[in-house]
Amino acid sequence: MAVMTYREALNLALREEMQRDPRVFVIGEEVGLYEGAYKVTQGLLKEFGPTRVVDTPICESGFTGVGIGAAMVGLRPVVEMMTFNFAILALDQIINSAAKMYYMSGGQFNIPIVIRGPGGPAHQLAAQHSQSMESYFCHVPGLKVVRPTTPADAKGLLKSAIRDDNPVVFIEAETLYPIKDEVPDDPDFTIPLGRAIVRREGRDVTVVAYRGMMYRAIEVAAELEKEGLSVELVDPRTLRPMDTETIIGSVRKTHRAVVVEAGAGFAGMGSEIAAFITEQAFDDLDAPVERVTGANAPMPYARNLERAKTPSNERIADAIRKVCDANGG
Amino acid sequence: MAELKTEAPGVDAGLARQLLAQMMLIRRFEEKAAENYALGKIGGFLHLYIGEEAVAAGATSALRPGDYAISAYREHGHCLAKGSDPRRMMAELFGRRDGLCHGKGGSMHLFDKSTNFLGGHAIVGAHLPLAAGVAFAIKYRGGDEVILCYFGDGAVAQGEFHEAMNLAALWKLPVVYLCENNRYAMGTSVERALAQTEIWRFAQTYGVPGEAVDGMDVLAVREVVGRAVDRTRRERAPTLIEARTYRFRGHSMRDPAGAIYRTKEEVEHEKQRDPILLFRTRSREEGWLTEADVKAIEKDVNDLIDEAVAFADASPEPPLEWLLTDIYKES
Repeated sequence: MAVMTYREALNLALREEMQRDPRVFVIGEEVGLYEGAYKVTQGLLKEFGPTRVVDTPICESGFTGVGIGAAMVGLRPVVEMMTFNFAILALDQIINSAAKMYYMSGGQFNIPIVIRGPGGPAHQLAAQHSQSMESYFCHVPGLKVVRPTTPADAKGLLKSAIRDDNPVVFIEAETLYPIKDEVPDDPDFTIPLGRAIVRREGRDVTVVAYRGMMYRAIEVAAELEKEGLSVELVDPRTLRPMDTETIIGSVRKTHRAVVVEAGAGFAGMGSEIAAFITEQAFDDLDAPVERVTGANAPMPYARNLERAKTPSNERIADAIRKVCDANGG
Repeated sequence: MAELKTEAPGVDAGLARQLLAQMMLIRRFEEKAAENYALGKIGGFLHLYIGEEAVAAGATSALRPGDYAISAYREHGHCLAKGSDPRRMMAELFGRRDGLCHGKGGSMHLFDKSTNFLGGHAIVGAHLPLAAGVAFAIKYRGGDEVILCYFGDGAVAQGEFHEAMNLAALWKLPVVYLCENNRYAMGTSVERALAQTEIWRFAQTYGVPGEAVDGMDVLAVREVVGRAVDRTRRERAPTLIEARTYRFRGHSMRDPAGAIYRTKEEVEHEKQRDPILLFRTRSREEGWLTEADVKAIEKDVNDLIDEAVAFADASPEPPLEWLLTDIYKES
């Protein structure tokens, strides 16, 4: 085990996969000479050269399309979105070209591509640079969607995403790039897509959260322990395909569930998770599933408003207390 | 009837037969597709290529079998010319199990890996960056193939045309962009859509070779595309070609007459330059083909397409469980 940052873990995953497979290349804005707007691609140009670390002009649709075209004939591109907000400009390529090609062609052309970059709330980046976009992508059959929480997950999941034969939308978090934790050294260490993890075992309530919200949930769980509440934390890690089995298994044990997401709540990830828990484990529930979501507002700039936009520890704790107080048993 | 003036060195009976047969095959395929659309056997959007056959036939004749082609949604002709089995293409239009894409793509999404035909893309302009990506991969691997990317005049107003042209020129990618300018993007004429209606001139903007060609003259298309393909292969750099053509039918079967946005006189006038009639006449005049040769080609083509329709009709619908296959590839 080595201790490294989430950023370094991503960088190592890219380096190892590029060493392992000459078909893997990195393409995007500022990935080469500038070494990445967030330094995730640091050192790659020097090690692999400009054929495999490709700086592009600002044209998200264009260079994403280039990646998809290259994937059609057997390369394995990793397309960096400087931030995922810019992927909106490439949504047509991601949804209409990458996600559907395998299906439309009757299984002739699969698209092994990773589209990665940071997304979600950051620090005072305002409305156009702070969106939680995972639910947009999760709605599309043909895409896989990953949101890694820890440095080890960042590495293991990115490696699996690169080795996957399908388009994978891999949304990192700017706020997590400097986070440090243990990461396995083994270059063959991967984490399979579609597998959730129980980050903390508990008896009284299941909290489903990922990425930044998971760190808040961890703090809240420790606080509530003092009140005598035992909180189980489940991190889906991959949002599509989602490991519903692990989540349902946890709910069957605790009989209560809270879902936390940073995105605006309406038609969000929490809606989907709450829906399948209700559909599959209704008889096991002692209380309605509670959602804690970002406010239904664009991200404001002002620090206090920004803080109010995303779920706070207090709101997460209140939701947990609420479902635990309910007694449907 | 208008004349064809292209010099024709190296054209012999074999080549003339190949080009004429190709164009007639496409024409017949489209006529039968229209017929079967009217019978309700083909659904959705059906965009016919009738009138534009010289572009696909001439351009494809300049490619090697290992070269790639990619197109938009008016792509039956390009797919046929690249060598796909008309039976499997017609079955795809019928939405049947034996279709090229097992009935999952339809008229607008024909793909054939066996001929390096890369689709069949129906969001205008979106496949131009894909073509640049295929060319990127060719260069990445050090291959000597090229990709031929067909698109319509409608795509030129899209950002992706300009993004793709810029990237292909900037990175010197082996792609030939071939604009089929049939003068109307659905019902919008190029004059109402483009500030620069001489589409080939955009090549100058991006610093790459560009050329316009009479898209009704199959030999002219073959010559211009052939030159572009050779240069693109040799120099690993893109070319932009504008083939001036005309669609004789409407935009799709839902616009059968195509008569609101263009005059009947204009359509009739353009039909005087029917690429098949022009080339038939020329082939006879040059002594490449006799009238009997042409009749024989016509019969072969009609038989092939009749067989394609019968094959499509006999092919079963895809089994229901295929609804949920080919969404994710199992690694």
